[in-house]
Amino acid sequence: MINKKVANVEEAVADVFDGATVMIGGFGEAGSPIELIHALIDQGATDLTVVNNNTGSGEVGLAALIKAGRVSKMICSYPRSTNSTVFPDKYRSGHTELELVPQGTLAERIRAGGAGIPAFYTPTAVGTPLGEGMEVRTFDGRQYLMAYGLTADFALLKGKTADYHGNVVYNKTARNFGPLMATAAKVTIVQAASVVSIGELDPEVIVTPGIFVKRVVAVPDPQHESTLVAAGVSYP
Amino acid sequence: MTEQKEIVGLTRDQMAQRCALDIHDGSYVNLGIGIPELVAGYVPEGREVIYHTENGLLGMGQPPEPGKGNPELINAGKKQVTANPGAAYFHHADSFAMIRGGHLDVCVLGALQVSQTGDLANWSTGAPGAIPSVGGAMDLIAGVKTVYVITQHTTRDGEPKLVESCTFPLTGLGVVHRIYTDLAVIDVVDGQFKVVELSPGIDVDYVQQRTGATLIPLADT
Repeated sequence: MINKKVANVEEAVADVFDGATVMIGGFGEAGSPIELIHALIDQGATDLTVVNNNTGSGEVGLAALIKAGRVSKMICSYPRSTNSTVFPDKYRSGHTELELVPQGTLAERIRAGGAGIPAFYTPTAVGTPLGEGMEVRTFDGRQYLMAYGLTADFALLKGKTADYHGNVVYNKTARNFGPLMATAAKVTIVQAASVVSIGELDPEVIVTPGIFVKRVVAVPDPQHESTLVAAGVSYP
Repeated sequence: MTEQKEIVGLTRDQMAQRCALDIHDGSYVNLGIGIPELVAGYVPEGREVIYHTENGLLGMGQPPEPGKGNPELINAGKKQVTANPGAAYFHHADSFAMIRGGHLDVCVLGALQVSQTGDLANWSTGAPGAIPSVGGAMDLIAGVKTVYVITQHTTRDGEPKLVESCTFPLTGLGVVHRIYTDLAVIDVVDGQFKVVELSPGIDVDYVQQRTGATLIPLADT
């Protein structure tokens, strides 16, 4: 019998290893799996390559992971955000490397990685500094750049509801990178506000089918980054 | 009476209002952060426009009433928004398929510089020590059918933002169709800036003096 539910966030992230590539869902605070990230900070894995659209805010969630010195490389599209003060220090000191990728290319790289497609061509960034060094090919008279698919060892995601098979539905714009990252990681871990029995989720509305998910963990009342930042919380 | 500072050209809201006149009924539109966001408030009544925000929502509505927002319902600027009836949520690959696949009709963006061939620079000044951040700007201009720019005609220091060729790092090549500034509406046509409209009280010499490339003036009528 398949039951992907684990008891708590500590158990969910226990096997994340030093040097791992970890995709973390979320666009800004929407979809950020704060409880899983905090469990990862407590767990201690370091020298991580993290894939996320941003670099977190304040000193909680992803920003706290960076502040703790655990991230040696960020792959993201928009590291400069309001209240994003931790990353600039780590970047300027050389502790954390940055691979800057246009947002749509980042999304497609993750989608391709999860779909078994090693590379693809995109018109985005042609003629710009972010296109330098990329292979160029012309199709129908227009130039395109080759981008590589992206995969990861782990994905940490936030859903609204999951079931024991790992099927997931998301909440509003918190969906963002979640369904893509779920496909691209060897071990996808989803925290959801509720984990329900098999059959309770309507198969017509499932966004991430359970085959992409290794573990689900219930976090009934997840924290919101903006609330924590406004309260001046610094994790741990 | 206190002395009032002379206002030359359009205000931010008036620039947005002018741009809004060119947003057609039934359009799917993506608005950038800053002045472009204001455009939604000025689309003439009777036109139905559907707003896309690249983080995963089609049918974005106005900001929520104070205290009624949801931290998981935000726009690309990470501000809380609402979803209109008929809205749809989707993941990032679908969102950028809408963008890159040419399904959006219009995007409106800000600019650091626009060249007379329609090159846009709007993501980085290239300053040493700056944290480079691009977001979805390069995808939007590579894929959306019509690209409008709203910008002040010059920088705060009076330097032209409409130039022969951009000196800031490019966002994309030959992508801008029309520019709305405080002084004029200008089209990019065959590698030149063509004046389409002058703001009230502004003459073409005044605009030319503040432009880093030769303008094709309004045709005499």
